[in-house]
Amino acid sequence: MAEPVSIALLYPELLGTYGDGGNATVLAQRLRWRGIPAEVVDVHAGEPVPRSCQVYVMGGGEDAPQALAARELRSGRALVDAVEGGAAVLAVCAGLQVLGNRFAGEDGTVHDGLGLLDCETHRDDGPRRVGEVVATPDPSLDLPELTGYENHGGVTTLGPGARPLARVVVGHGNDGGDGTEGIVSGRVIGTYLHGPVLARNPALADHLLASVLGPLEPLEEPEVEALRKERLHAARHPHMHMPQLGSGWRRLLRGH
Amino acid sequence: MPTVDLPLRTRVAALAGRAIADASRLVGAGEGSVIGGRVTLAIDQRALGLMAAGHQSVAVSGTNGKTTTTRLLAAALSSRGPVSTNSAGANLIPGLVSSLFRGRAGAAVALEVDEGHLAEAVAAVHPTAVVLLNLSRDQLDRFGEVRRHAADWRLALAASPDTVVVANADDPLVTWAAGACQPDSDGDRCGVTWVGTGQRWRADASACPNCGSRIKWSDERSERGGVQWACSSCPLARPRPDAWLEGSDLVLADGRRLPIRLQLPGRVNISNAAMAVAGAMVLGIDPGRAVRAMSRVRAVAGRYQVLNVGGVRVRLLLAKNPAGWAEALDLLRPPPTPVVVGINAGVADGRDPSWLWDVPFERLKGRLVVATGERGRDLAVRLRYADVRHTGEQDYRKAVAVAATGLNGAKHPDIDFVANYTSFQDARRALTSGRGGG
Repeated sequence: MAEPVSIALLYPELLGTYGDGGNATVLAQRLRWRGIPAEVVDVHAGEPVPRSCQVYVMGGGEDAPQALAARELRSGRALVDAVEGGAAVLAVCAGLQVLGNRFAGEDGTVHDGLGLLDCETHRDDGPRRVGEVVATPDPSLDLPELTGYENHGGVTTLGPGARPLARVVVGHGNDGGDGTEGIVSGRVIGTYLHGPVLARNPALADHLLASVLGPLEPLEEPEVEALRKERLHAARHPHMHMPQLGSGWRRLLRGH
Repeated sequence: MPTVDLPLRTRVAALAGRAIADASRLVGAGEGSVIGGRVTLAIDQRALGLMAAGHQSVAVSGTNGKTTTTRLLAAALSSRGPVSTNSAGANLIPGLVSSLFRGRAGAAVALEVDEGHLAEAVAAVHPTAVVLLNLSRDQLDRFGEVRRHAADWRLALAASPDTVVVANADDPLVTWAAGACQPDSDGDRCGVTWVGTGQRWRADASACPNCGSRIKWSDERSERGGVQWACSSCPLARPRPDAWLEGSDLVLADGRRLPIRLQLPGRVNISNAAMAVAGAMVLGIDPGRAVRAMSRVRAVAGRYQVLNVGGVRVRLLLAKNPAGWAEALDLLRPPPTPVVVGINAGVADGRDPSWLWDVPFERLKGRLVVATGERGRDLAVRLRYADVRHTGEQDYRKAVAVAATGLNGAKHPDIDFVANYTSFQDARRALTSGRGGG
């Protein structure tokens, strides 16, 4: 392949609050390690979205930047055209909400989304959903357990025919109370998981890449496996991963 | 502390808190400042405001640089007389209370205040001045959005109209937070001293905190230091600074030019010093005298301290979040000097270390990096994707030994050790006590 595989990172300055830009790094590096040239294209607010990228990545962000990102994306059809042309999309947290039909801001204002995912997001009075998540992917995806960290105020409900990305084992996920986490429609994947999600779940990264490039050879990565094992265990046994009592007391007395 | 003027209840509360703090320190349980402050507040909820009353006071807050700026400011104030300050970094309300236990009559008060608690502190103390440094992403699991801090600050400052605000003109969130009361004819908040710090971190102010539209940054340096920025839709824009940095010179609006010469490294500390000078000036300190006093500060709560660990000189640096790391990467000695990086994700660090992916660790290529701390595995994966040569080691002292061996076994007598908040404290303890930890 002469032309590098192009990964668009959409509005990192608006949807980059939670480290989700790392997902683009993960995708590009996993291709390069296999000898496939890859590039990350940062797309900033005010610039046209390229139609020719193979994968588009969007992350989480704060309320006002999220609304701004939705306005920018809706002012053109580039992302919708790219998806119709076969591109894959990973949208995290605020990004997931923007790709849905509608989403509500913190003040309750309802914004139109892109309608690429059949879901909508509202706000409830409950506390933000914050913490480690373990979720079992939809069987059709044939992926190992997902691990990530969620931090969101929005509640996403899926449309009648929509397929969730996973079922929650630990944590909240979409949390309309139906036990679902994220949403999948063809090559478009939405999730609430940070970490970033592709750093903690390389199989999901390879799934996205394979959906546009075809099968990829496996990579050997003991460090990532060690991290996954630690995080999956920490999520299931949170009490074992609290700071030790001794140092906790010292911190309490010293200031934190 | 002019205890004579205090209500009996407050006097008893302060005495009890001070006794508990002393006892805590005597049994080696820590500085005792937090537990002592809690005891005082349990007896008298209004203790902070009452104990601070009658003193000139400055509150310093922001995401990064609070401790250092407060230390520099306290040094400047000390050139004139006694100062009460929370130098141990206990920056929540109990820590502020205990910093006043030993305040002498007429002492000036310099308080480092956690950004999530500044509104409460301002409401209690009504300080003479507040110094607003910067706001960026940090501990998002605990605080949610960055903008919330700015909104809270804005409300608290509007309710404390006699407080003089010293604010970083190069941070849009801080500018919005500071501009709390009605603009005067120049378009500035009455009583704001704007400082052009030349801050480079912009990633948390892409959307206007006032109206949500896009903030535009000019490509050119503006007239008074820094880079011009303005909202694309509402009037929020970089205010005209009253003091600004040109290189390491602080220039005042009256034309005076004060070279800032610090023993603390890095451009970021020049910015911190500029903010501290402006804060000291509000309390009537001559800026030249302030700068001279600051030049004598060598280390701040262990930061920049050099420790000898088994014959290896280890320089300790603190970096808690992407904005802090952007500055820390500039301070590191060039490759191949090895670096140990310690990452925890305790409550005080933020439980989610996803922010590691907002740090350009790619810049560490060409040297060995040793990943340590409770979340060393997250860091190791980040370094793998950054193509940085690295290894993991849980024990802090062993991590130093591994780093000193470097790539290819070449011995390095000097290394840098960068850690986030609680990892820094753990590392400092482990490396000074001779125990491993981590």
